[in-house]
Amino acid sequence: MSGEADPPAGEPASGGPERPGLQISGLEVRYGPVRALRDVHLAVPDGSVAAVLGANGAGKTTLLRAVSGTLRFHNGAITSGTVSFRGSRLDGAHAAAVVRRGVVQAPEGRRVFARMTVAENLRAGALSVPRRRAAAARERVLDLFPVLAERARQRAGLLSGGEQQMLAIGRALMAGPSLLLLDEPTLGLAPLMAAKIAGAVRQINAQGTSVLLVEQNAAMALALAERAYVLEVGEVTLSGPSAELAAGDEVRRRYLGIGAPNTDRPVGTDPGFAGEGHERTGLARWTA
Amino acid sequence: MAVFLELLVNGVSVGAVYALIALGFVVIFKATEVVNFTHASLLLAGGYVIARMHPLIGFWAALAAGIVAAALVGALVEFLILRRAHVGSRGVLAIVTIGVDILLTTELTRRIGTEVLALGDPWGDRVLRLGPITVAETRVVALAVAGALIAAFLLAFTFTGWGVAMRATAEDAETAALMGVRLGRVSLSAWAVAGALAAVAALFLCVFPTPGLDRGTAAVAMKAFPAAILGGLDSTSGALAGGLIVGVTETLMNGYQSELVFLGRGIGDAAPFLVMIVILLLRPSGLFGTKEQARV
Repeated sequence: MSGEADPPAGEPASGGPERPGLQISGLEVRYGPVRALRDVHLAVPDGSVAAVLGANGAGKTTLLRAVSGTLRFHNGAITSGTVSFRGSRLDGAHAAAVVRRGVVQAPEGRRVFARMTVAENLRAGALSVPRRRAAAARERVLDLFPVLAERARQRAGLLSGGEQQMLAIGRALMAGPSLLLLDEPTLGLAPLMAAKIAGAVRQINAQGTSVLLVEQNAAMALALAERAYVLEVGEVTLSGPSAELAAGDEVRRRYLGIGAPNTDRPVGTDPGFAGEGHERTGLARWTA
Repeated sequence: MAVFLELLVNGVSVGAVYALIALGFVVIFKATEVVNFTHASLLLAGGYVIARMHPLIGFWAALAAGIVAAALVGALVEFLILRRAHVGSRGVLAIVTIGVDILLTTELTRRIGTEVLALGDPWGDRVLRLGPITVAETRVVALAVAGALIAAFLLAFTFTGWGVAMRATAEDAETAALMGVRLGRVSLSAWAVAGALAAVAALFLCVFPTPGLDRGTAAVAMKAFPAAILGGLDSTSGALAGGLIVGVTETLMNGYQSELVFLGRGIGDAAPFLVMIVILLLRPSGLFGTKEQARV
């Protein structure tokens, strides 16, 4: 497959029956009268990493809310299409039920429980699993992020941004997910910390957890993922193997604005980017 | 001096009972962000069941029945009404709880009528003499029981999975749900716990030296409301402090009423609210209310 845009509806759910994983097909989400997602097809086969790229407001977070069952907190709803994980439907399920099926999200902005200690935050992540599994998960998390062991008794609100992100990912891992959803894990982090988080994601995947990664940092996301999807104004406008997307210039043109004659602003040809306020923060990282 | 000590012990004891009620307010507020005005009628329901059951099954069984009944009424109010009231604003939900409170209180006062119901407690009007001061046994028991319950509650809140789920929900319900916390259960358990605590409080509000449970008991329970507010509506330790402040203030004001006639009669009843207003003017989020602590 080249880096050309696929016809949105024509994207077959890949993955095959032997690695079913997460399957999203024909998904439409509305917040009241506002349509946030339209006809989204996406697959995360078991054991893989998939990335969703897109500017602010493209619908990335909405996509994760639809999977996690938290649209209702924002007066949103799935109006058509399906979300299923390993054959069982997630659309319509409550957030807690989605967690029990093995799909756990580390939300955008980290959202650690600031008034609770680091140890209590991790415990909160393991409330849905039996004690013994929680103990095993804690070992895995502290092995992955040793700093969380050092800070165990501190209030989570007093951690640095990077540490909070580690805590948010660690907390999500406490439930022992089969699929981890990450919403902008490197947002607002220094490059070194972002690289650390990327390393952790790679390690988590190597341990057998599949990952759906939502990112603005396209370079990092494409390096981690096997397959990537570009969301623009609620639609998947581009998808394919990450290597191909990274090699082609379609992502750069559409998403990063590289190669546009006037590099001070995003590509003017795409109305989806007009007035989005999406700066080319990814540029430096793209070449880094 | 002896008078002051007596009043102080009584005040602390009454305050501990108010703290039990205030704790119920706080638990529900933390779990659901709803200010629960149904609390007084939960208390009345618990007391009513104890009063009606004790001649039939004995005091201790009646107490257990009252606690279970109040917990059940609380859980039912949550499950049948609040969970189904899909209104956007917490303020509207608070008004819904006022409506429910009026319904429940009307029915219970209709059943109680003009009677004053005894609760059949084993302490009666016995008093303890400790040197120069004399205290009703019921006051000592109230203090011990309320203290033990509050301690048990705070320990559970800090160390059990239920407590962690409760605090996580209080801080960020959506993220708690993302961690697999079942919000419905958290909310249901909060209402049940609040009901159970209210029933125990009902017992101690109605025993000696109070003549018994009557239609005015619900109004007494409302004094715990300033206790919850002045402590900080989202703080369990605030409920404790608030309860004690209200209890001691009220008892001292009533005890020294003869010296305070220039303030008019019944100043003891108004005192909790005056204290609440003064404290809120100085500290708008209450004594222990949350101030955000965060680093970005």
